[in-house]
Amino acid sequence: MTEIVRDRIDVALTVNGEPVEARVPAGQHLIDFLRLELGLTGAHASCEHGVCGACTIRVDGDAVRGCLMLAAQADGAEVWTVEGLTDTGEIADLQAAFVARNALQCGFCTPGMLVAAQELLARGGAPSRGEIREHLSGNYCRCTGYEAIVDAVEAVAMARAGAAAQEGGGGA
Amino acid sequence: MKAAVGGYARARDLRHALELLSSADGMGRVLAGGQSLVAALNMRLTTGDILVDISALADCRGVADDGGTLRIGALTRHAEIGRDPLVRAHAPLLAEAVGHIAHAAIRNRGTIGGAIAHADPAAEFPACALALGAVMRVEGLDGPRDIPVEAFFRDTFETALAEGEILTAISVPKAAPGEVQVIQEVARRSGDYALAGLCLVRRAGRHRLALFSTGPKPMLATAAMAALDGGDTEAAISALKAEIDPPSDTQASGAYRRHLAGVLLRRAVARIEGGTR
Amino acid sequence: MTIAFGNPDRPNSYIGKTVPRPNAPRLVQGRGRFVDDITLPRMAHVAFVRSPYAHARIGGIDAAAAKAVKGVLRVFTGADIAEVCTPWVAVLAHLKGLKSPPQHALATDRATWVGEPVAAVLATTRAAAEEAASLVEVAYEALPVVTDMMSALDETTPVIHPDLGDNLAFRRLHDEGDVEGAFAGAHAVVSARFRTARHTGVTLEPRSILVDWNPAEGQLVAWHATQAPHMMQTVLAKHLALPESRVRVICGDVGGSYGIKVHVYPDEVATAAIAKIMGRPVKFVADRLESFTTDIHARDHIVDARLAVDEAGRILAFDVDDWTAIGPYSVYPRTSAIEGNQVVNLCGGPYDFANYRARTTVVFQNKTPTCQYRAVGHPIAVAITEGLVDMAAAELGMDPVEIRRRNLYADDAYPATSPAKMRFEGLSHHASLDKLVALMDYDALRADQAAARKRGVHRGIGIASFIELTNPSPFMYGIGGARISAQDGCTVRMDPDGSVVALSGVTEQGQGTEAMLAQIVAEGVGVSPSEVRVVTGDTQVTPYGGGTWASRGAGIGGEAALQAARALRDSILEVAAAMLQSEPGRLDIRAGAVVDPDTGEERLSLAELGRIVYFRGDTLPKGLPRELVQTRHFITSEYPFAFTNGVQASYLEVDVETGVVTLLKHWCVEDCGRIVNPQLVDEQIRGGIVQGLGGALYEEIHYDEEGQLLNGSMADYLVPMAAETPDMIVGHVETPTKESLLGAKGAGEAGTAGAPAAVMNAINDALRPLGAQVTEMPFTPERILRALGAIED
Repeated sequence: MTEIVRDRIDVALTVNGEPVEARVPAGQHLIDFLRLELGLTGAHASCEHGVCGACTIRVDGDAVRGCLMLAAQADGAEVWTVEGLTDTGEIADLQAAFVARNALQCGFCTPGMLVAAQELLARGGAPSRGEIREHLSGNYCRCTGYEAIVDAVEAVAMARAGAAAQEGGGGA
Repeated sequence: MKAAVGGYARARDLRHALELLSSADGMGRVLAGGQSLVAALNMRLTTGDILVDISALADCRGVADDGGTLRIGALTRHAEIGRDPLVRAHAPLLAEAVGHIAHAAIRNRGTIGGAIAHADPAAEFPACALALGAVMRVEGLDGPRDIPVEAFFRDTFETALAEGEILTAISVPKAAPGEVQVIQEVARRSGDYALAGLCLVRRAGRHRLALFSTGPKPMLATAAMAALDGGDTEAAISALKAEIDPPSDTQASGAYRRHLAGVLLRRAVARIEGGTR
Repeated sequence: MTIAFGNPDRPNSYIGKTVPRPNAPRLVQGRGRFVDDITLPRMAHVAFVRSPYAHARIGGIDAAAAKAVKGVLRVFTGADIAEVCTPWVAVLAHLKGLKSPPQHALATDRATWVGEPVAAVLATTRAAAEEAASLVEVAYEALPVVTDMMSALDETTPVIHPDLGDNLAFRRLHDEGDVEGAFAGAHAVVSARFRTARHTGVTLEPRSILVDWNPAEGQLVAWHATQAPHMMQTVLAKHLALPESRVRVICGDVGGSYGIKVHVYPDEVATAAIAKIMGRPVKFVADRLESFTTDIHARDHIVDARLAVDEAGRILAFDVDDWTAIGPYSVYPRTSAIEGNQVVNLCGGPYDFANYRARTTVVFQNKTPTCQYRAVGHPIAVAITEGLVDMAAAELGMDPVEIRRRNLYADDAYPATSPAKMRFEGLSHHASLDKLVALMDYDALRADQAAARKRGVHRGIGIASFIELTNPSPFMYGIGGARISAQDGCTVRMDPDGSVVALSGVTEQGQGTEAMLAQIVAEGVGVSPSEVRVVTGDTQVTPYGGGTWASRGAGIGGEAALQAARALRDSILEVAAAMLQSEPGRLDIRAGAVVDPDTGEERLSLAELGRIVYFRGDTLPKGLPRELVQTRHFITSEYPFAFTNGVQASYLEVDVETGVVTLLKHWCVEDCGRIVNPQLVDEQIRGGIVQGLGGALYEEIHYDEEGQLLNGSMADYLVPMAAETPDMIVGHVETPTKESLLGAKGAGEAGTAGAPAAVMNAINDALRPLGAQVTEMPFTPERILRALGAIED
């Protein structure tokens, strides 16, 4: 069986809705693959040990640490990065809220922060500030002190909840 | 920080995974959720490993009702355990513990089997398994065997898993009527490893108390359990402090951890007796 | 030349308004361009072999195994690099007695801290370079290690640099008035030993540099995550023997700086040297483990201090003995004596008193070098000052607000000179404190605290007044011989369509520099901010300047931009007057058009003016100046620094069983002079506060006695995260500086300066009824329980 242990692995996956086929080094993490091979530099490698959250991307519907997943493990996966989520418009309101509230300074944490926040927002409802803080507690930001980020996420949650309520009411 | 691994193979099924491990000349490492292993690889704390990726083994994922027990597949992810109705109904300790484990993105990929096989003495799930009296289902090329949790954890990052074996499921007894399960811990920040923590289960008037982050492995505080069975909380706290010997590190001294364990036990007892904390 | 800042309805009133940052949309879309995002043809990667010893002699270096790794291009030793790169010595003439040995980009004969680079591997990938670096065998001979600060000068302690004679880097004593007499006659004396822990910046983007040397053009280009591109141009030119005009430093998006990225790092200079040797692009991006052992550290101080008061609570004297240990080298070119010097300059800063003695002792040791990090010295000085003031209030049974009111400089006391000989142009301590007390509803909070205490819940209120040093003149570095510009410049140009480009020497690190400049230029010229394109961070095109440090971007860079913009406005109006057969004084520019100032009626669009000037200059009068580009530079001259002031408050809860502190809320009122963009200032304050909270509660680099760093990962070095951080209320008082038309002072460091002291005072306010007090940061659960006597060893 040893013949299938390899130091370079073939993978086929979709990234931001586009099919990708590649041969990746066995130890390469998914963020290096996205950045170095696909030129998707939105998500960042920062701590590379799963603590800072700068590499947060969406894999098969879940927000995950891109640095704690090997590219080889992404075979068959559906991967979304901030670039793809921008193109589809899925997080346009969240991005606009981040800009309006200045919920970013250097912007290095922002792509990961947006993916993490969108996971919470996608659950619907209006999370409390405490729930927002807790959900983002694995995403490090040294610049803002977090309050502006919480404000932006809270504003989007309320706007989306309001829009959903209105839709529900209008349809009745 | 770039990993230097010896190779990678994706297992098609359990048998395949076991064969891959056995042919790896002792360099085989089971890769499941990867939330601890890939960090260690990136930091080059371990190099040259032959990674056997079992994450696609569907049989090892999910929660099943086995009558008197819940069978939790080793590849069941933390987030799945946190929201699983069977777990919430029959092993609420595990569901509560999920809220203490790292952060949302980690919980989306980390697996209970990985956490238990990794045997980090500061991790929540090993102590939960101990408090619940879980049984570990382990598969090898020679077939399966069951290991009671009391015999599973041997030392820091060391378990009864033999070379070439894979943890495939964890069975926990369903909570009895009136059973109470609580987890208490103090961490510096949300999601950090606990400075000290404990799981307390009261089942039919008997107590099981498992400590984490207070020694080289999760441990049952048997003297404290006996005192709790006798209804003497203060004696249990004294017994607990006497039977643990926590380590010191850059976050806290052993003496602080010992003190904290006592505080946590008092709070856990208050909770199972209907208090608020 | 004046601007009616008091009238918010004046034309082009962009200064003072919240205007969105032009660079933010790019960053939220993942289109930032950080150094590690840049890939160049033939680019190679360097990884460094770093000393595992805190002090060791370097013997032979065997690179045979490393060279065998696939992808490895070359291995460099210290001697290889020294052939093309000269060493540096980080001293400043005005810090008398400061000494430090020559430092090489790669250590040549001795390694002096764990993490010092001793060899470098160049390879086609970072992974190959790292793998090979792990295979380089260096023969180390361990040498005696100096790690303890307070015994570094003892006779029996080994001397790290024998040529320097001892381990003393710098010592300064400032003695003003009659300190001994004041203490002898005092009604009460309080004293304490304060400790601030070794911190590091933990920029989310690690230090990064990509250097290309093109021998055919004789040009070196460095894409560098730096705060001071022109300083780096000067440094690289000097040490690689190039003309400054042949070194171009480009500073694109930078992922967090906080002072960490304003220093000269040996591995970054080595990267440039390697690029020059190889004639191809070379990238170095520190990994996180390297960051902890090689980014500068800061704030490692032990301070014994005392305060004398009279029976009315009036401050009679401060007496401060500060010690700090800076690692084996003073850091180039700012030096590592500044932080201790700042402690001497800043203690007692908000208060009007007469007798002051402060000494700082700066020693060498075998740990990572320390240097300037956000709010340099301020958090230490404010903790000492405000900690003692609260202790005195408690001793006298006086409310902490009241003792401050009795001692703060009166708001009409300016200009004033402090006993530390700091000169204050205009501060607003009382107005700020009054505003803070109102914002936090101080009395209601005291009532809540009392009610909580009845429930057995221990809450505390802590207040900390502070001053902050901003807008530095050459008195900070230049007079000491450092080639660090206190001046900054801006070029403002009108393009043919009437849009405006501004090129500035100050840089964008995320604080909003480009937005701030855009709105200043917009107001100065008379166009919308969206019509202003700001270019920063490229030494080939922007005027020479200092960059971002010491909260100078708005105060210095902003004023240069305003003056350049006003000059361009004058140029435009001169042309317009000729075209319209009017007088420049009878015209104005509003919203991109030349108008009649009285009626607002449009006379000529800037686009039309641009068309004529650039393409039909033949129709303009001969000899008419038509310079639609203007450059101005600005430097302060009346005061060495523009001091700002403020006051913070913390409300928190202490779990006296576990020692855990929960932050409930935080307030800050500060006075940074003219506010250009309220939102950006508020967010600077908030971000700064949280960095200060990190120091108060979490951040501490640990070493063992052998100089091994024990917690060099993000799992072990704790920074503030969202879940533990409180909401913060920010208020302002505006006392513009008269040194500039704009009137702006700095705001970038005030939050960090005051937050740790506010938290310390709040914790001690909570603990005081229990007879406990903490003064050693960070205030870990364990330290709090030990203060309470709750832990049995």
